[in-house]
Amino acid sequence: MAVITVWIKINEERVVEGLQEAGEKLDSAEGEVVVDFSSVRRINPSAIRALEGFADAADGKGVKVVLRGVNVDVYKVLKLVKLGSRLSFVA
Amino acid sequence: MIASETVQERVQIPLAAESLSPERIAYLEGLVSQARTAAAVFTQFTQEDVDRIVKPMVLAGMEHALDLARLAVEETKLGVMEDKALKNMVATEFAYNYVKDKRTVGIIREFPERNLVEVAEPIGVVFSIIPITNPTSTVLFKCIMAIKTRNAFIFSPHPRAGRCGAEAVRIMYEAALKHGAPEGVFTCLESQNLQESAYLMRHKDVRLIDATGGQGAVKAAYSSGKPALGVGPGNTPVYLEKTADLNIAVVDIIVSKTFDNGTICASEQTLVIDDEIYDRVLNKFAELGAHICNEKEAGLLARTVIDPKTGFMQPMAVGQKATDIARFVGLSVKPNTKLLIAPIQGVGREHPLSVEKLFPLLSVYRAKSVDEALKVCVDVNHAGGLGHTAVIFSHDDEVIRKFSEVINAGRIIVNSPGSIGALGAVYNDLVPTFSFGCGTGGGNSTTDNVNVYHYLNIKRLARRTQAHMWFRVPNQIYFNMNAVENVHQFPSRSTIIVTNPSMEQLGHVDIVRRYIPEGTHVHVSVIPDAEPEVKVVMQGVEALNFYKADQIIALGGGSVIDAAKIMKLKYESPEADLQELAAPFLDLRKRVVQFPTEKINRARLIAISTTSGTGSEVTPFAVLLDKERGRKVTLADYSLSPDVAIVDPQFVMSMPKGLTADTGIDCLTHALEAGVSNYASPYTDANAMEAIRLVFKYLPIAYEHPHDEEARCMMHNAACIAAMAFSNASVGVNHALAHAFGARFGVAHGRANALMLPHVIAYNAAVPAKFMPSPYTQGYVAHKKYAAVADLLGLGGNTIEEKVKNLVTATEQLLDQLGFPRSIAELGISKEEFERAMPDLTKLAFEDPSGRSNPRMSLVSELAELFWKAYEGRGPAKVAGASQQQTA
Repeated sequence: MAVITVWIKINEERVVEGLQEAGEKLDSAEGEVVVDFSSVRRINPSAIRALEGFADAADGKGVKVVLRGVNVDVYKVLKLVKLGSRLSFVA
Repeated sequence: MIASETVQERVQIPLAAESLSPERIAYLEGLVSQARTAAAVFTQFTQEDVDRIVKPMVLAGMEHALDLARLAVEETKLGVMEDKALKNMVATEFAYNYVKDKRTVGIIREFPERNLVEVAEPIGVVFSIIPITNPTSTVLFKCIMAIKTRNAFIFSPHPRAGRCGAEAVRIMYEAALKHGAPEGVFTCLESQNLQESAYLMRHKDVRLIDATGGQGAVKAAYSSGKPALGVGPGNTPVYLEKTADLNIAVVDIIVSKTFDNGTICASEQTLVIDDEIYDRVLNKFAELGAHICNEKEAGLLARTVIDPKTGFMQPMAVGQKATDIARFVGLSVKPNTKLLIAPIQGVGREHPLSVEKLFPLLSVYRAKSVDEALKVCVDVNHAGGLGHTAVIFSHDDEVIRKFSEVINAGRIIVNSPGSIGALGAVYNDLVPTFSFGCGTGGGNSTTDNVNVYHYLNIKRLARRTQAHMWFRVPNQIYFNMNAVENVHQFPSRSTIIVTNPSMEQLGHVDIVRRYIPEGTHVHVSVIPDAEPEVKVVMQGVEALNFYKADQIIALGGGSVIDAAKIMKLKYESPEADLQELAAPFLDLRKRVVQFPTEKINRARLIAISTTSGTGSEVTPFAVLLDKERGRKVTLADYSLSPDVAIVDPQFVMSMPKGLTADTGIDCLTHALEAGVSNYASPYTDANAMEAIRLVFKYLPIAYEHPHDEEARCMMHNAACIAAMAFSNASVGVNHALAHAFGARFGVAHGRANALMLPHVIAYNAAVPAKFMPSPYTQGYVAHKKYAAVADLLGLGGNTIEEKVKNLVTATEQLLDQLGFPRSIAELGISKEEFERAMPDLTKLAFEDPSGRSNPRMSLVSELAELFWKAYEGRGPAKVAGASQQQTA
């Protein structure tokens, strides 16, 4: 089966909106969706909730979520809220 | 009569949460999830972010101090509104003043001199139980702590303080959120019940339980299996000693005990007054608005305000005014009565008023002496107040000191009010708090006033420290032919020459005498030519005392010089216990048993060595034979080092061949082992390398041509130089093996070393099965150092392995040239005998301190392997090879 990867860049000022938009593109992805977090220096509780929702939706569609360029501070937050194991990370 | 009895705690501890409905569980899970997310997000905040939030929170708390106080009194029906407002101000302003400049994010403290850095890590989700007695001030305080430390708090106010507690949380949360705090950083249970508390306490995402208040909550916190700061009840004794300023003391006690109607758990409970001032003190209390109960009134109070079943105070009295309590009990008091004072005759269940009373009722005890007063205070302390707070009014420092020793309290407040004093930062410099750690006496892990640092995981970044090393040798070393002449420059009234019979026979003693300044009284002490025994040493000390010697000249080999070192030690410090001083140690500077520094006599020690091997003239070691106990005692301390060393080859010109070879190889072993030692330094390396070079070049010549003055001189220097190296870098496993083998089979030390040496070089040069921990070395370098020795000797080889192999070969050739046996078997020791000895040999070798500086940690099995290699030997001698040995 061919893997159709969708790339989505997230702007720090609009993490929630960006993830909502990414959620809308899940249907066009097959295999994995790569979300570029390289410009996100911090995340807040709303962003975490949005990311949880996005991960749930991706799970439902059998799509793997790959976060790209996550800085170590944000990575630690994702580990603490136990999202780390549900996502894949690439540099 | 004094009596003591611990008030029994009878509390219900919720054990499970099975009774919670799914809806309640979902509600609680939501709270925890929200808090967990907030705590996680909070980890990204900087110190500046945090401090930007704290200040407006403090201002918000202060702005609402009176409103919250009013709400608390209305809801709880406890305390005094004005006092609660003051508490709210203290909880915010004083707490802020303490924490505002404290670093609580990232690096919080640095200790450059120790290469240590402390880094803060937030705890995460904290479940915080709030007491009814301080329902708003405690919330305000903990909210400030929470933000300052980047933690999320779930608050659980007392059921009868739910509204005021929640309002305090709301005010702080809104202020925090407005200035950037993460959403959900504070949450508050709608109402507290023990099942829900138990559920949260056991929740995997709740990291710390912070329980201030009732016994049930505190017990439950500690029973949850989670880390907890549980701060429970107290029972504060206050001792009013006769030297105290009574005007201050009485007012302070009234202030404290009536503050918020006595609801602060640090407030005074039983006042113990010296007999001499008892009446005066009670009169002063009465003048200032206290009602002094008679015996009947005290009995009535005891039956009413203390629960006869539990022995605890009745909740209905907590935080009530003195007049209200009096009215309820049926006492007739003046309308302006602030405080009820009830005399008691002892402490314990039969004296109900001796327990904690969180209302304006103070029990008093008349003590006939300081001793009795202290004992009653101890009784009160043990009747429910362990670890909490105690108060003393006195100007007698000795009494204050004794009080602080016998009372177990985290806060011992001196000449100031207990309740406000314990809160800190008002009457003293204690850390401000609304949580009093009560130590193990109160089931707590701390006696501190709980503050920011208790809400942080403090990580210690420990950088490797550059270990201090040393190079210590006698400060005067004279060498080369006729160096003994230098003896003349040391003035002395009375000199003892310690030597052995052969030195006298060879005329060496006369040579030395020739250079001792005229007018010096000289006595010669001749000792046997063997390892010194305790008896011999003590005879020498007697001579030193008899002649009141101020100088000792040791003329001889290692044994004579060692004997002189110990004589000097016992002469200067007669109390020195040789057995104790021989205690093992790992690090010279951290040794448990220190050598004496106090001296009743002083004598200069000049060491003139007459062999070229041990180097005892410059070493800090001395070996003593304890015949009575059948063991050798090795002493090691730089105070044993001779003051002056004379390395004059004229005294070794007549050394026989065997001794030349044995001592020469001992010298080489010293140098090689110091060179690869874990304690090696550039200073010792320089000495070790030069000694090795000299041995390889001059030992064969000195052996073959004993009258070659240059060879003798250089070997004598080599021994001293190698000794300087191993005095500071120590030796290694070769010596450990040789000590064990030599002692067991009576083989000379140098010979025993020779049997082991090639095998040990190969062993140390191989990758260790187990590395020796050592802060002094930079990685594993033994093989490289052996290769450097091979280079120095010009042995050739392109790789480290080849160079090491060449060094082993060169060493074997040298040993052959000197006529050493090639194996232990050659000594006539049977295989069976050696095998029988093996357990003892390996045990002794393993325990030998020499092995601790070896670059490889020698396993017992490896020691056995080395012994067997030495037993089996080095293969047939290659005589031709010996003459081709290359030297530098």
